[in-house]
Amino acid sequence: MSSSDAHAGHHNPNLAHHFDTIEKQDHAVRLGMWLFLGTEVLLFAGLFLGYTVYRHFYHDAFHHASRSLNITLGATNTVVLITSSLSVALAYYAVKVGKRQLALGMLAFTIVCACGFLVIKYVEYAHKFHVGSLPGKWFNDPSLAKYPGANLYFTVYFLTTGLHAFHVIVGMSVLLWVAKGVYKGRYTAEYYVPVELGALYWHLVDLVWIFLFPLLYLI
Amino acid sequence: MSQPSLLADSDQPVMPAVNYLNADRGVKSWLFTLDHKRIGVMYLVSVLLAFLLGGIFAMAIRLELTTPEPTLMGANTYNRMFTLHGVVMIFLFMIPAIPGVFGNFCLPLMLGAKDVAFPRLNLLSLYLYWTGATIALAGMIMGGTDTGWTFYAPYSTTTPMTVFPVLVGVFILGFSSIVTGLNFIVTVHTLRAPGIGWMRLQLFVWAIYGTSIIQVLATPVIGLTVMLAGIERVGGFGFFDATKGGDPVLFQHMFWFYSHPAVYIMVLPSMGVVSDAIAAFSRKNVFGYKMIAYSSLGIAFVGFFAWGHHMFVSGQSPFDNGAFAVISMFVGVFTAIKVFNWVATLYRGAIAISTPLIYICGFLFFIVFGGMTGIAVATVSLDVHWHDTYFVVAHFHFIMVGAVIMGFLIALHYWFPKMFGRMYHEGWGMVASAFIVLGFNATFIPQFLVGNAGMPRRYFMYPERFTALNVASTAGASLLAFGFIIILVYLIYALLRGKIAGDNPWNSRGYEWMTTSPPPKSNFHETPVITSDPHSYQNPGEEVEHVVI
Repeated sequence: MSSSDAHAGHHNPNLAHHFDTIEKQDHAVRLGMWLFLGTEVLLFAGLFLGYTVYRHFYHDAFHHASRSLNITLGATNTVVLITSSLSVALAYYAVKVGKRQLALGMLAFTIVCACGFLVIKYVEYAHKFHVGSLPGKWFNDPSLAKYPGANLYFTVYFLTTGLHAFHVIVGMSVLLWVAKGVYKGRYTAEYYVPVELGALYWHLVDLVWIFLFPLLYLI
Repeated sequence: MSQPSLLADSDQPVMPAVNYLNADRGVKSWLFTLDHKRIGVMYLVSVLLAFLLGGIFAMAIRLELTTPEPTLMGANTYNRMFTLHGVVMIFLFMIPAIPGVFGNFCLPLMLGAKDVAFPRLNLLSLYLYWTGATIALAGMIMGGTDTGWTFYAPYSTTTPMTVFPVLVGVFILGFSSIVTGLNFIVTVHTLRAPGIGWMRLQLFVWAIYGTSIIQVLATPVIGLTVMLAGIERVGGFGFFDATKGGDPVLFQHMFWFYSHPAVYIMVLPSMGVVSDAIAAFSRKNVFGYKMIAYSSLGIAFVGFFAWGHHMFVSGQSPFDNGAFAVISMFVGVFTAIKVFNWVATLYRGAIAISTPLIYICGFLFFIVFGGMTGIAVATVSLDVHWHDTYFVVAHFHFIMVGAVIMGFLIALHYWFPKMFGRMYHEGWGMVASAFIVLGFNATFIPQFLVGNAGMPRRYFMYPERFTALNVASTAGASLLAFGFIIILVYLIYALLRGKIAGDNPWNSRGYEWMTTSPPPKSNFHETPVITSDPHSYQNPGEEVEHVVI
């Protein structure tokens, strides 16, 4: 907790009427965010379960289908996302110590990384569409046709990376909104919890990818 | 407003001149309110409408089943009816009912808080409920669904009927449920008034807390599952399609991973209502407070590992079947702990016969009977015989209608004066409760028998020899429906013309009665300091003394 919380009182415009102190309110919103992140983990957990089951059923197909992915692009994307996690953490730190310019720069860099991730993902998707490595009934990749279950690999691949890409877009929007608040001076060293929550969400987006990358590319 | 009086027998109870109901006026003041009490009232109206709808569909099913041959409707309509009944009752009524209405209304009052932690999210959850309900019902009207509320793949992904909007509706309703649960957990953690430690939470709060944990942890999985079923239906991704290498049983696992804990989302709040009300109507401290509190968490925990008992005949290994059976029986242990403590609370209490108390007794009977048959169907060898028969339907309804709806009715009568400041007519309340409790038994006991004799659930026609039991069940359902109509009439009358209740007509010692009935908009004028334990009736003759506002 920063020292600024000490002078929080009923005059603090950021304090909702039903909380007695800003500390309690901060505790509440942090707890709420962590619970929400828990629900996100469980949302992905269902897909990871599907991955486990089908990899167990179609071990060979998963192995060979995995080889058809471009590891260079996947690894680049991993580096891009981990870097963006660092920059969003630095942005949070910068807001906390009152360095507004640095914070805005770091948030902008994070959003650029997110865009870069999506562009690379688009290149990968385009290639999959081109060769017919597609989910379920759309699958028509002759090079993998001899492995039954390869279509399910791409079902899992598109569902997990698709849901993840959706979260990247949501995370970008959240960070844009946070950046706007920093720009307008709403989030400062006095009141920075929303920046913290946005950064937490972005870390989750990163974390999911850290699991997806080895499970999809490196088997 | 002056200091509220907490004496139940003050000469002429008066309605507080300004309260949350009349503090602001106009439709907008309701639709855009952030007040948890008003959101609770809007939830009440919504879930009652859902209950009415689900009840109409139930009566349609029962009427059709009075004869072995088709009479009122065709087979397809019948399938739509039982799907509508299941989807509406489960997703639109039972899951949001007690948390959405009484959790919203009472939880902050019981914690001495001014509101829930996130009032805007609270309103959002109601909007999501309305949105999800509208989309699901629109799908039902556009073409209807014939999958049952379980949406088992591959049938749900291939049937020509309109399944997709219903899946979308359920997905959105799941969000509503998550948001409510998240809000309540944070509220309990952060908004307890000074003096309310964890061991001073009212038992209703403990139950809602356990429920919320399940809502937050299990609901994302059903969201994903219905989403996958929808994608499968529209996109043909093969996830649950055996012809493309997918595994339909995976759907069942993912579905029941949510839907088994979901029955505790429905029943735990009812148990909380009973724990609170039973102390008030036996004028006695709750026996075994800690045991009741912890067993709520125990049920919430064990409930996550019992889902496989829905799938004894889906090709699980015998080891899995046995493990799921044993884990399921632990739920019976925790429930029994509660039942013994409730009965011990009644023992040598100063029992006040009243409508809520009759429903409490009904609840105890139903939960014991329903729970015992639950142990029976959790036994693998017996379940193979009863699986997909009316026996399971009857067991399920003993817990869901018996326990959950009794809990809802207890809450409705017990907190009606708290919410609206007026009393219902006790005589009519008793008449209706007789119809409900007897009608309920008459509806579902024959279903145990007909199921054991071999009648499968969801069948449209049946052999001649099952006629008598089916007629008995329909007759019981009519009594039940008549009872609900009586309740509707006297509650509407009470709302308009009922006797002014005063602040604490039950002389209850729950914290929510420390403020006026109905409460002012801000609940308490200052944050109260709690100095007594909840459900504390040490000196039964004395009036409530914890006036601390």
